[in-house]
Amino acid sequence: MSEAVAQRPRKVKADLPERLSWQSNRRRLVTVYLPLLCFVFVLLFPFYWMTVTTFKPNAELYNYAENNPFWVRSPTLANINKLLFETSYPSWLWNTMLVAVCSTVLSLVASVLAAYAIQRLRFRGSTYVGLAIYIAYLVPPSILFIPLATMVFQLGLFDSPLALILTYPTFLIPFCTWLLIGYFKSIPYELEECALMDGASRLQILWRITLPLAVPGLISAGIFSFTLSWNEFIYALAFISSSENKTVPVAILTELVQGDVYQWGALMAGSLLGSLPVAIFYSFFVDYYVSSLTGAVKE
Amino acid sequence: MSVSTERHVTWRRPEVAPSLLARLFDSKPFLIAICLLPAVGLLLVFLTYPLGLGIWLAFTDTHVGRGGYFVGFENFESLWYDRVFWGAVFYTVFYTGVATVLKFGLGLWLALLLNENLPFKSLLRAIILLPWIVPTVLSAIAFWWMYDAQFSIISYVLVDVLGWRETYIDFLGTPWHARWSLIAANVWRGIPFVAISLLAGLQTISPSLYEAALLDGASSWQRFTRITAPLLMPILAVVLTFSVLFTFTDFQLVYAITRGGPINSTHLMATLAFQRGIPGGQLGEGAAIAVSMIPFLILATMFSYFALARRKWQQGGDDE
Repeated sequence: MSEAVAQRPRKVKADLPERLSWQSNRRRLVTVYLPLLCFVFVLLFPFYWMTVTTFKPNAELYNYAENNPFWVRSPTLANINKLLFETSYPSWLWNTMLVAVCSTVLSLVASVLAAYAIQRLRFRGSTYVGLAIYIAYLVPPSILFIPLATMVFQLGLFDSPLALILTYPTFLIPFCTWLLIGYFKSIPYELEECALMDGASRLQILWRITLPLAVPGLISAGIFSFTLSWNEFIYALAFISSSENKTVPVAILTELVQGDVYQWGALMAGSLLGSLPVAIFYSFFVDYYVSSLTGAVKE
Repeated sequence: MSVSTERHVTWRRPEVAPSLLARLFDSKPFLIAICLLPAVGLLLVFLTYPLGLGIWLAFTDTHVGRGGYFVGFENFESLWYDRVFWGAVFYTVFYTGVATVLKFGLGLWLALLLNENLPFKSLLRAIILLPWIVPTVLSAIAFWWMYDAQFSIISYVLVDVLGWRETYIDFLGTPWHARWSLIAANVWRGIPFVAISLLAGLQTISPSLYEAALLDGASSWQRFTRITAPLLMPILAVVLTFSVLFTFTDFQLVYAITRGGPINSTHLMATLAFQRGIPGGQLGEGAAIAVSMIPFLILATMFSYFALARRKWQQGGDDE
């Protein structure tokens, strides 16, 4: 109670001093900062552990009695070296990048057009089309991969990146379209009417007026699609069989795990290097990512 | 076209006659069709058709490399007497139930914490979302290493640092340990999504409501149950629907850490379908397992959506 009383005015009048009284401050420490610290610790620890393991030599890795496992005494690049030069990791990385970029671009183009048609060209039944696309997002890949595998095989796409580039949009398009419909809604329609008066064609309007205004929405959708396709696993596992065509998540699990003795150093190095590109990419656009996540949920 | 040019013959504008292509692109029905074609086409070919094909496959005895014949309910009949399948159904429901409760409990708590007046708010939010960004399989491998029977860091802390236990925990060796370990990893990955989505919901609640409640002498618990919870309900319903759906059909985490073992105790329906269908080659049976997820999914979606939506409507009606 006292905590709440002390806190509330602070939120309203930001110019008040931060610490109102010794007691509320201490209480806040226990009720807010301490649990928050625990959360952050638990959420980040696996990444820390991943990083530490990557740089550990094997002697330290399997000997906790003489080494403090939480720290690296003699860091080594041997694991990363092994990963980059003794496995086809670079080509896995390239495949993942290729598939993620192509499927993102493909879904963005398709979603922009679809969202524009549904939100701006308003035709009879447009809301139903929107709803149908939204429902498509609720169909999980786990129930589609077996029939898709037979289709991919019949189309002769088995073991080619094209199979992934064509199937990833099934979960990217619904999401992006839904996000962009929301975004287009926020752009005043009057702008388009003006352009229409001035004799612009519909496509010119889309290209010159709506899209430039929707750039933040496009970035959000793009980032979300990119991370989703980078993470995708089940299709990549089912449709790709040869080692050099695999994507990073699949390759690490199927190519690096051999026999009963796991090369934990190399595995962790692979996980770290596979996570870094997407984490860096994400860190540049955090706000867009968060807005797309929350925007899509709020719709 | 020619008519219009002739009518304007006295005063001629340079580009008065648009080309046929431009006119085509200005006709609304054509434009709608063109715009919808890529998205709808892709979804019909790679989503709707496979969904139907999957249901059809479930009623055939298709194997890899060999087309199947219609066999009626034979696949489902054999699944009915299959203890591994029922084990997978049980674990899928258990996994979804427990993980969802934990994710929402902890996620809501984290969201409430983040909603306090904190320094470095956006940095904190970015850090917290990391587990959600990083490819699930890669973080699952990190968990696998943390669950290692001999070199688990968790066991090390419990045994050698804190001295709470005598022996190292065999996280993935016994069925129940493995089940709980997988749930923990799933919760770890799901908390950020729940927390950040609910935080967005919390931020839409007007502070003046809390001020009014405070003036009326409401305790912090009363403020939570009477203001926060009901106003959060609509967004909670959507997040819950998604969370339940994706947890129920989870594949990556289990496949990466245990592949269904030990002794098939941690198979989810998705991993079992994969194991029977792709490496096992029995596409028909795999499809039957995948198809039997559909009723659960519809049920779960309906329940979480309608149950919560109705409550929102009732409470909203009471309040306003």
